Amino acid sequence: MSKSIKLLTDPIFNNNPIALQILGICSALAVTAKLETSIVMSMAVIFVMGFSNLSVSLIRRVLPSSIRILVEMTIIASLVIIADQLIKAFAFDVSKQLSVYVGLIITNCIIMGRAEAFALKNAPIPSLIDGLGNGIGYSFVLLFVGFFRELFGAGKLLGYSIFTLNTDGGWYIANGLAVLSPSAFILIGLLIWMIRAWKPEQVEEE
Amino acid sequence: MEHYISLFIKSIFVENMALAFFLGMCTFLAVSKRVETAVGLGIAVVVVQAITLPVNNLIYKNILQKGSLDWIGLGGLDLTFLGLITYIGVIASMVQILEMTLDKFVPKLYNALGIFLPLITVNCAILGGSLFMVERDYNFGESVVFGFGSGIGFALAIIALAGIREKLKYSNIPEGLRGLGITFITVGLMAIAFMLFSGIQL
Repeated sequence: MSKSIKLLTDPIFNNNPIALQILGICSALAVTAKLETSIVMSMAVIFVMGFSNLSVSLIRRVLPSSIRILVEMTIIASLVIIADQLIKAFAFDVSKQLSVYVGLIITNCIIMGRAEAFALKNAPIPSLIDGLGNGIGYSFVLLFVGFFRELFGAGKLLGYSIFTLNTDGGWYIANGLAVLSPSAFILIGLLIWMIRAWKPEQVEEE
Repeated sequence: MEHYISLFIKSIFVENMALAFFLGMCTFLAVSKRVETAVGLGIAVVVVQAITLPVNNLIYKNILQKGSLDWIGLGGLDLTFLGLITYIGVIASMVQILEMTLDKFVPKLYNALGIFLPLITVNCAILGGSLFMVERDYNFGESVVFGFGSGIGFALAIIALAGIREKLKYSNIPEGLRGLGITFITVGLMAIAFMLFSGIQL
C-alpha cells in the first residue's frame, strides 16, 4: 500500500515530469492563460496517461520490441481521440480555446516517456497508478501557472473577479505580460527554482 | 505570389513554432546545449516538416474532409475524427522512409543527424504544423510554404537558444536556477523579443 502511495505522490514534487524530467512542456505553456483551460487540459492528460500506461502494461509480454513505438502511438492516439471528442461534446467553448493542443497530447513526451520507462516493465496496477501520479504532477505545474496567469493577467479566477480591475472602477491594473505567453516560461522557471531551493538534491551540476 | 511570400515570412517570425506557439519544447530545451547539435536538429526538422505538411494536406483534402469521397459515392462520409491518428501515422512513416533513404544515398548527412531523426516523430512542432494546416484550411501551395517556413523558424529559434546557452556556461547563476530553470527564463525573454514581430503586416 505504501508503495502505491509513493508511486502516486512521488511525481508531484520529487520527480516532477515538467520540472525535473523535462517532459511535456509544450502544452504546459500554451494552455495556461486561464485556469479553466488548465483544468480541462489536466483532466485530459490524467485520463490519457493512466489508461495508456494500463493498456501498454497489459500487452507488454506479447509486444515485440521492434514495433512497440508504433503500437504505443496507436494506443495513445486512440485515447486522445476519445478525450478530444468528450471535450468537444461537453465543453465546446473550452475545446475551441484549447485549439490544437488537445491533439498534441499524442506527442506529449510525458505519455510516451512513462509508457517506455515504466509501463513496459511493470504490472498493470502499478502502471495505472504511475500514470495517474505523473498526470497529477503535470497538472500541479499546469494549475500553478494557470492560477497566477489568470489572477495577475485578468484579476479573475475561473471567470469570477478577485481583484477589481481599474477599468471597472477598482484598484487593480491588469498585468498584460501575464496574459502573454512568455510569462509562462518565467513562471515555470521560478517554480523550478522554488522546488530546487526546497529539495537541493535536484540541483544540476554544470 | 505576394501572398506566399507573406505567409513564408509570417510562419518564420510572427508565428514562430517554438517561441510563439511553444511547440516542440521538449526537444527545444533538451537538445539546445550545443550549437552543432542544434544545427543538426534544425535541418532535420525543416526537411521533415516540408515533406509531411503537404502530404498530410493531400490526405486531408482528398480523403478525410467531408464530401471529398464524392467520386466513389461516399460524399456524406466525414472522416475528420480520424485526423489525429492519420497524421501521426504519416509523420512516423515519413520519418522512417527519410531515415532509410538518407542511410542509403546520403550516409554523411544520415550520420550527422543521428538520433535526431527518430526523435522528430514525437516533436510536437511537426504534428502541430499539420493540425494548424487543417485548422486554417490551407490549400496545397500554402501548405508547402507553411511547412518550409515553420521548419526554418524552429531551426532559427533552437540555434539561437543554443548560442545563448553556450555563453551562459560562463555566468554565475544562483544554485537552484542552474540548468533547466535559467533556460526557461532565457526562453521567456527570447519569446518577448520575438513578440516584436507580431502585428507586422506584409
